[in-house]
Amino acid sequence: MSGPRKMKGAEIVLSVLKERGVEVVFGYPGGAVLPIYDEIFGDNNLRHVLVRHEQGALHAAEGYAKSTGKVGVALVTSGPGATNAVTGLTDALMDSVPLLCLSGQVPTHLIGTDAFQECDTCGITRPCTKYNVLVKDVDKLAETLHDAFDIALSKRPGPVLVDIPKDVQFAEGIYKGEGERTSRVAGRGLEVDRGLVDEAVRLIRKSRKPVVYGGGGLVSGGDRAKHELRRFVELTSFPTTLTLMGLGVLPASHPLFLGMLGMHGTYEANMAMHDCDLMLAFGSRFDDRVTGRLDAFSPDSKKVHVDVDASSINKNVLVDVGIEGEVGEVLGLINDALEEEGLDRGLIRGWLNEVEMWRSRNSLGYKRDGELIKPQYAVERLYALSRDRETYITTEVGQHQMWAAQHYPFEEPRRWLTSGGLGTMGFGFPAALGAQMAHPDALVVDIAGESSFMMVLQELSTAKQYGLPVKILILNNEYLGMVRQWQELLHGGRYSESYCSSLPDFVKLAESFGGLGLRAKKPSEVDGVIKEMIETDNVVIADICIDPNENCFPMIPSGAAHNEMIFGDGEAEISEEGRRLV
Amino acid sequence: MSEGVEKRWNFVVVVDNEPGVLSGISGMFSARGYNIDSLTVCSVDNDHSCSRMNIVTRADERLARQIMAQIKRLIPVRRVDILEDGREGFVAKEVALVRVVSEGANRREALRIATIFDAKASDTTLTSFVFVVQGGSGKVDAFVSLMRSLGEVEVARSGVVAIHRGSEIPGM
Ligand SMILES: Cc1ncc(C[n+]2csc(CCOP(=O)(O)OP(=O)(O)O)c2C)c(N)n1
Ligand SMILES: [Mg+2]
Repeated sequence: MSGPRKMKGAEIVLSVLKERGVEVVFGYPGGAVLPIYDEIFGDNNLRHVLVRHEQGALHAAEGYAKSTGKVGVALVTSGPGATNAVTGLTDALMDSVPLLCLSGQVPTHLIGTDAFQECDTCGITRPCTKYNVLVKDVDKLAETLHDAFDIALSKRPGPVLVDIPKDVQFAEGIYKGEGERTSRVAGRGLEVDRGLVDEAVRLIRKSRKPVVYGGGGLVSGGDRAKHELRRFVELTSFPTTLTLMGLGVLPASHPLFLGMLGMHGTYEANMAMHDCDLMLAFGSRFDDRVTGRLDAFSPDSKKVHVDVDASSINKNVLVDVGIEGEVGEVLGLINDALEEEGLDRGLIRGWLNEVEMWRSRNSLGYKRDGELIKPQYAVERLYALSRDRETYITTEVGQHQMWAAQHYPFEEPRRWLTSGGLGTMGFGFPAALGAQMAHPDALVVDIAGESSFMMVLQELSTAKQYGLPVKILILNNEYLGMVRQWQELLHGGRYSESYCSSLPDFVKLAESFGGLGLRAKKPSEVDGVIKEMIETDNVVIADICIDPNENCFPMIPSGAAHNEMIFGDGEAEISEEGRRLV
Repeated sequence: MSEGVEKRWNFVVVVDNEPGVLSGISGMFSARGYNIDSLTVCSVDNDHSCSRMNIVTRADERLARQIMAQIKRLIPVRRVDILEDGREGFVAKEVALVRVVSEGANRREALRIATIFDAKASDTTLTSFVFVVQGGSGKVDAFVSLMRSLGEVEVARSGVVAIHRGSEIPGM
């Protein structure tokens, strides 16, 4: 090509998206993005999904990104469009989801005048993005957008927002391709400290009671991280637990998998964390939902932490060996050293026996019922009836989310899409739409609470318009169940505003949007409903009326230590201090 | 978190000169509950492509390392140095303008003390001086507190700027 390519700002936007391999944009139009929408109108190579609320666009982009590892793209207008994006951006920041959010802005000459639909988008979203920028010069637009992709994916991924005034979308500027500029994050790679790797290997080789505590960083780390983690577990036979964000990185069926840890984790996982002599934190971040009471957290262990984000190391828990680096790369070095130096597996034989004893406590067990549908049963049946398919599970937030995490086993990463850090009710349904866009032939099920679903149900219309056959399996307890559970355990059964009356008839609701509605009221109806749901090539709501009083156990109450779990059959004792925590 | 001994730390942060950087850094401090004792920022290169910030904070060593890591995470940040107060490796100074209103013996004493502190009078009336004093924060503190006992005082301080000693200049 001769000379610089000139094009309109809006055209530059689309050209960068396509150069970066973007297949779909989730968005909602408005005055300040009309030039971009005009470009989309004439374009057959970029799909656009019109959501029904901008929050849905962001969560859909998250669902796309989480299920593929690629950057999810959302497009919103200025003012209310941008403010509606804030929840999704924050969610993506907390869970390290690579997103690009494009927002329209009022024309540059109107910025600062309280113009119609003007807001300080960069100011508002600065604390909830990995990076954001207002582009005032059309000649910088292409470069900025390429940087945005690089930044969203580099090191610990996250959301990037690019705010584009309307006049910049109209103006003619120079297009630059990905290779025609130096990336803003180029040369920011990490040199792994080999001395620390040796130190970790030394601790690994002499440990008698080790546990691997893997997190979402192993998912973000891609195939390499997954492969090296699995290789590590094979090399060492170390029992392994995963956080809510890490599920699937080690197959749930693996004999050394202890299940999820933390507040609603298994007994064996939490006991192993508490009693271990060596904790190997790989791509996890010692979140309070995982650690419980900090001063009683795994008191006798040495701790090794590998993370791409240096600020996660020693933030909440002081570790003995903190290694900054891509987790797959560091694990690879550790594995190579172990292969070379060997490891005496006999050292941990006693520990593995102890772990098996904890496992035999069967902490996820629940009492079956002939009349009432237990939520755990519904999730188990969903698994049994969907396990042979390519299945993606999303969730909302609440009890149903924890039951799903506990009772739906994942063999691969990126099949489990849930809002962990922010705990956003309303995440799961739009995220399912995003995952379905990315995997048109897969089965995508949102395991939902009725109340969470109510926050985003308008997206049924989106599902119908784009023929996205997403399944919404509502574990309907007619309660803000998790709130009710805390009120039962922590506030003496004073159920303040946690009962959700006047719910819609979800079957008719589905029908009114052109979908299929199904309902199960008895355990005997569950299989039939789930089968029909799976087989239907349409958006489906399966309203599973569950035992409204079922609680989610086991549970480490806030303010308690890992070895102070409560079970469904035990008495709850929660400290005064614990009640004050969230 | 803050179990260790609290000290003063001086962060020297070189950032890309673009809108919102100052807000990003100060916002990160307030969002995470870190305090800022002083903050200065100015562009220091020829083409104004980057700015240099000095941030003074109080923290124990572990928290100081955490703050360092949090600053480094921000995309516009090119380089961060952490300078521990009381260490020899760097020079840290600030400038204060101190206006003191006094008469008679107090006025003469103010001028005498200013000489001892090497402070210059930048403005004089029959009842007031504006002194320029520069040096370490401790020296400036001492000067201000002496002036307060001699009359009514108004102070403007620059905040600390710091730089490494020696002949090695780091790249941007
Ligand atoms: C947007 C948002 N608002 C409030 C909360 C607090 N919260 C956490 S769980 C929950 C109840 C969720 O109810 P439902 O979706 O029915 O799920 P259940 O716990 O009953 O399974 C609430 C209100 C939240 N997580 N997100
Ligand atoms: Mg509910």
